[in-house]
Amino acid sequence: MRLSVPIALTFGAAVMVAAACGGGQPEDVTPAVDSAAIRDSIRRADSLAAVEAARRDSIERARMEEQRIRREREEAARREREITVAVVAMLAEHVNFDFDKSNIRPGQDTELLETKLGIMQANPALQVLIVGHCDERGSDEYNMALGMRRALSAKKWLTDRGIDEGRITVRSMGEEQPVDARSNEDAWAKNRRDEFAVAGGGTVLVRPSGM
Amino acid sequence: MTAPVSTRAAVAGRGGSLSLRASDAPAHHPAHPVPPTGAAPESPRCEAPTRPLANCARRAAPIVPAILTLCVAVPVVAQEPPVEQGVRIGITYTPGLRPGMLVLGGTYGERLDSVRAIVTRDLELSDRFEMISLPGGDSLLLGLTQLSAGGDDTAGTAIPFVNYSLYAALGAEWAVSLTPETDSTRVRATLYDVRGETPREVVRSGLRPLDSPDFRMSAHRIADELVLAATGEPGFAATRLLFIQRGRLYRVDADGADLEVISPPEITAFSPEWMPDAGRVVYSELSEGRGRIVVHDLETEERRAVPPTAELLNYAAAVSPTGELLAFARSGDDGTEVYRYNLAQDCCLERLTVGRFSDNLSPTFSPDGRQIAYVSTRPGLPQIYVMAADGTGQELFAPFDYGVTGSSNAPEWSPDGTRIAFHRDVQGSLQVFIMDSRSRAVRQLTSAGRNTDPTWAPDGRHLAFVSDRTGRRQIWVIDIETGRVRQLTTVGDARLPAWSPRIVMPTEP
Repeated sequence: MRLSVPIALTFGAAVMVAAACGGGQPEDVTPAVDSAAIRDSIRRADSLAAVEAARRDSIERARMEEQRIRREREEAARREREITVAVVAMLAEHVNFDFDKSNIRPGQDTELLETKLGIMQANPALQVLIVGHCDERGSDEYNMALGMRRALSAKKWLTDRGIDEGRITVRSMGEEQPVDARSNEDAWAKNRRDEFAVAGGGTVLVRPSGM
Repeated sequence: MTAPVSTRAAVAGRGGSLSLRASDAPAHHPAHPVPPTGAAPESPRCEAPTRPLANCARRAAPIVPAILTLCVAVPVVAQEPPVEQGVRIGITYTPGLRPGMLVLGGTYGERLDSVRAIVTRDLELSDRFEMISLPGGDSLLLGLTQLSAGGDDTAGTAIPFVNYSLYAALGAEWAVSLTPETDSTRVRATLYDVRGETPREVVRSGLRPLDSPDFRMSAHRIADELVLAATGEPGFAATRLLFIQRGRLYRVDADGADLEVISPPEITAFSPEWMPDAGRVVYSELSEGRGRIVVHDLETEERRAVPPTAELLNYAAAVSPTGELLAFARSGDDGTEVYRYNLAQDCCLERLTVGRFSDNLSPTFSPDGRQIAYVSTRPGLPQIYVMAADGTGQELFAPFDYGVTGSSNAPEWSPDGTRIAFHRDVQGSLQVFIMDSRSRAVRQLTSAGRNTDPTWAPDGRHLAFVSDRTGRRQIWVIDIETGRVRQLTTVGDARLPAWSPRIVMPTEP
């Protein structure tokens, strides 16, 4: 690049001279000019322009490539985030319980736990917080213990299937945080639940195989 | 004096249902109150404060005294024929159990008027007397001489003319006068024995200024002294209750006055309990499924966390009668167990229960500090257990029929040690029960709505509990001797009440 600057200047000067000679003055006073040198100069200028154009093209191509890569990376990150969000959402699905019970019911609840098991297997760094909740009908203090039993039931289900105990933290909120504050069967059924959340190692999560 | 007559007439008018229940009750000796026989929980006869005044022949008398009077009738008057007297005993809810009490009027200024109103209500709420109210109320001086102006010890020597025969005719066994002392920071309360026609007791008590935050408490203390003088057992007027409402800790006087929020807004408070000095309270601060126990000084508002409760979920704190030990439930990876911590020495966390696959929680100390009653899920569902305060000798406490009796929770040992209150699931609805700690006989106290978390008044005779009988969870008070209930709180959704010991003034004036 640095070398081309004087050349370009010389070329510019030559064109200016040519223009001055050709356009600015009457034809009859045209002096004898070495046309070969001019042609040569022009040819040289053409080739310099071509080089410059090629150079610009390559910069543009590099920029495009860079953008493409960035877009791809962004796309990949977005997909990763989407997957992570989807996995966190799968993980967060509540497991519900019968009134005053803490046992995992076969069927829908074990299916939900199978998913959570798959997620923990596919993401070995993932640590999970399980929080047990109760409905408002039972005794206030007893519900704290019952909520903990519910969290422990889910934890045991997972650790029985090979998940390391240290990856799961359990807590209880008793009846203090209902998801539905109404006082009817529908609300109570929703409020008797385990909530699952990422406690660590959850920045990027992959889907368990087959999901 | 037509008022008592009309009052009696009103009672007779609604006496039909009463006679059936009380007719088989013997005429108890006044000195030995006996609880109502049979398991008729929560007698509906005398839910006085909430009962409409449909057929009530009242005039200007204050509302509550009037209803109470109606409810139980004026005790037997001497001139009644013997036969009718016998009938009346059957109808009127064993009058000897609840002697008539008359609070005499007087014009001694605003402060004594307030004291009289507070003391009168306290005597009513003690459930130990039939309060006799009169049309005209305080404007009738009933023979008390008005304080004459001037003179050195006028107040001290203004011996009122006490019209015993009039009070007796009104059905009073006791009369109370409240008069000023020469020292304006004190008041003199005199209890007259109407039948014996003699002053029984003179209580000289410190009184805070009307605008002092301690004024009401100083008046309540007078009422408690009068109850003690008349019955041999102190009242519970000078007490307060804690309860939780939407995560905030509240405090209210036992008569429902002076509701105050105690805990700061940023924390979620749970399961409060009083320290024995009544100047500090203990409760859990919940946070994201964890909970630490704090000791909160009501005077300085300083809050101090109990160190080993900084981790896991700690709640249901109970304090030993000396204030030395803290027992509480801790929930974690091993389920829920009862732990003990030495508050006095700030050391020595001990686990008292080992549940393995069951939970243990909600401890309560016996008043001698030797035992702890608690809840255990060992039988499959929660029931009331007992152990020594060091965790040894764990055994079932409140008997139950396996597969029949519902869950039992929230035990609290009575201040005299003779009873345990708790709540139990009765066909899907929670109800308050008491158990005799010796015979282990269990009695159901409530039946209307959901009734939970009983807590004893220091008189060992009244319980506060949470009831949703009005649609919202509120604090109610029941007298276990008579079954009378009254509503204490009216705002929001109240839960987890804790009744204080008697509150002693930090410094008497």
